[in-house]
Amino acid sequence: MMNVLSSWRSLSEKIIIPIAALILSLVVFGIFCALNGTNPFAVYGVIYQSAFGSAFSWQGTLVRAAPLMLTALCTALPARLGLVVIGNEGALVMGGIGAIAAGLAFSSLPPLVVQIAMAIAAIILGGIWIMGVGALKYYRGVNETISSLLMNYIAIAILNTLVEGPMRDPSSLNKPSTYPLLEVNWLQSIPGSRVHFGLIYGLIACVIAYFLIQRTTFGFGVRTAGGNIRAAKIAGLPVGKLTLAVCFLAGSCAGLAGMVEVAAIHHRANASLNTGYGYSGILVAFVARNNPLASVLVAILLGGLLASGSGLQRSLGLNDASVLVFQGIVFLVILFSESIYGKLDFFKDRQVPPKITPSTQPIA
Amino acid sequence: MAAETADWLGVPLAIIGGTLRGSAPFLFVSLGECLTEKSGKINLGLEGTLLTGAMSAYAVSYLTGSPWLGVLAAGVAGLCLGAIHAWLSQRSGVSDVAVGIAMIVFGSGIAFFFGKAFIQPQAPQLPIFEFGAWSNYPPLQSALQVSPLLLIGIAIAPIMQWFFKSTRWGLYVRAVGDSPSAARAMGISVFWVRFLAITIGSFLSAIGGACLSLYYPGIWSENISSGQGLMAVALVIFARWQPMQCLWAALLFGGAQAIGPALQSVGVTSFRYLFNASPYIFTLIIMIITCSPKRTLAGSPGALGTNE
Repeated sequence: MMNVLSSWRSLSEKIIIPIAALILSLVVFGIFCALNGTNPFAVYGVIYQSAFGSAFSWQGTLVRAAPLMLTALCTALPARLGLVVIGNEGALVMGGIGAIAAGLAFSSLPPLVVQIAMAIAAIILGGIWIMGVGALKYYRGVNETISSLLMNYIAIAILNTLVEGPMRDPSSLNKPSTYPLLEVNWLQSIPGSRVHFGLIYGLIACVIAYFLIQRTTFGFGVRTAGGNIRAAKIAGLPVGKLTLAVCFLAGSCAGLAGMVEVAAIHHRANASLNTGYGYSGILVAFVARNNPLASVLVAILLGGLLASGSGLQRSLGLNDASVLVFQGIVFLVILFSESIYGKLDFFKDRQVPPKITPSTQPIA
Repeated sequence: MAAETADWLGVPLAIIGGTLRGSAPFLFVSLGECLTEKSGKINLGLEGTLLTGAMSAYAVSYLTGSPWLGVLAAGVAGLCLGAIHAWLSQRSGVSDVAVGIAMIVFGSGIAFFFGKAFIQPQAPQLPIFEFGAWSNYPPLQSALQVSPLLLIGIAIAPIMQWFFKSTRWGLYVRAVGDSPSAARAMGISVFWVRFLAITIGSFLSAIGGACLSLYYPGIWSENISSGQGLMAVALVIFARWQPMQCLWAALLFGGAQAIGPALQSVGVTSFRYLFNASPYIFTLIIMIITCSPKRTLAGSPGALGTNE
């Protein structure tokens, strides 16, 4: 009975604190808008309407949530190993490059084969990209946060070089791009909606990641190494291999997000591939506290917020950077909330101290 | 340009000029990061500070007509962002790296939000010293245009070195960075020393942002920073947490950044994105060479990265 109650309390802490943090950041953002002369309640209304107000806006939200689920895993998985990897954007870009290369190279094959080839190429390229970060960390002691951040910029430079040089479609004048994918090779929409199958990829990836981390020996090893790397080494866990494997999986998820963006949205690779899904993915992972299942939910919330950007611009005249400001506020408030865990009395286990009965026996 | 005969001189001169122009932001940001890290915390969010600094400097310079007021405004903006970072990153259970990432998002959001109105107008720029006026060779003249901000930065480096080495406050910062518990036993307030180090470091890097928008390239746009704030972290590692070394490192990085545009100016445009990315590649290579899994780096503050 006591156990059930205390686990309920810790679970409710894990749920209530992030929700309270989200509400607090909405309030702070409202104040920010009010200071700039916009009615905060109108802002909330527009965000709700253009994110979740209708079936149409739900679909726009889900289209944006799909890559976020995948890029969030790029931060969430290594975090279980104690690594702060923020190379999501770079892995996404590399995945996009791999996908377009495969999609163009095999364009004459049956569409299903092309789809699979594109996904595999994206997974491998994105995976190797982040695996490099893990290898540098394990073998050279290079700080993984900084190296992954630098590799984002390098990936974007590689994309721009390829798109302007070897892979350029000469007919793309204003915005250098690769040749477009054939229409049969596009990633199709889920029947009856305009949401593409990338959403399914994202959901499946998050569920697999959850079971991999929480329910398998591999995941147990990862969590052990994340908790105490020395203990893990003494226990004989292959920490190096675990690091490489987890980083590969993390990168492959973000790479798949790149494939989804290329095959379903842009149908070609160009500079619009790096539109910040990678950086938003970091936020998703932080808010979800690196839990893959929670990141599905958070990705949908954040996808809704991203979808509301243009609505805010159109109906309230707030510029598109306001979404970035809001993301920053959410990020900071969530981090603040990290310091509250275990501090609030309400969530503390009420372990009644065993009553010390005054001894009635006379001391011998 | 009537300098076809001297084209072979043009590239190195363009690189030198680009170094003098481009290293000022690196210098300020790396000095700011150096001060921050000496106190034992990392500020990864200097990229956001840099952008906010660039935007507020440009906006205030445009609105008041005085570029020096703009520089001051950038500093104040840096102090504010630094205070957020300093407070939040010292709460228990909060990682300073994570706060840094959040501050990148928040700082760039603030900069882009308020900066939208200032993308078009031309703000008054800082005056420059024409050290090349004695020559009548235009590439040399343009190469030797030096900003007073760069000179100020060059002066700050030895002062900071002296501050760490020979002053009581410098000792406090080093003590807090190396061993917070020992500093606490000495009766130093770890919180306030770090708070001051982080906010002043943030102040310096916001001035670095002012160099971008009021000197070179001298405009405000959303992609004005090419990641100087991020590279600062690597640059400080490269400089082994020594302010004087930060100066040399900043010149080196400014030079690496100038290679791409210098080659473009003589018509070498293929692979220009890769050349423009050379500072990142360079940083990564430096980190791969200098880091080691077995020991912490010589000169690294003891409490860095320990969340102590």
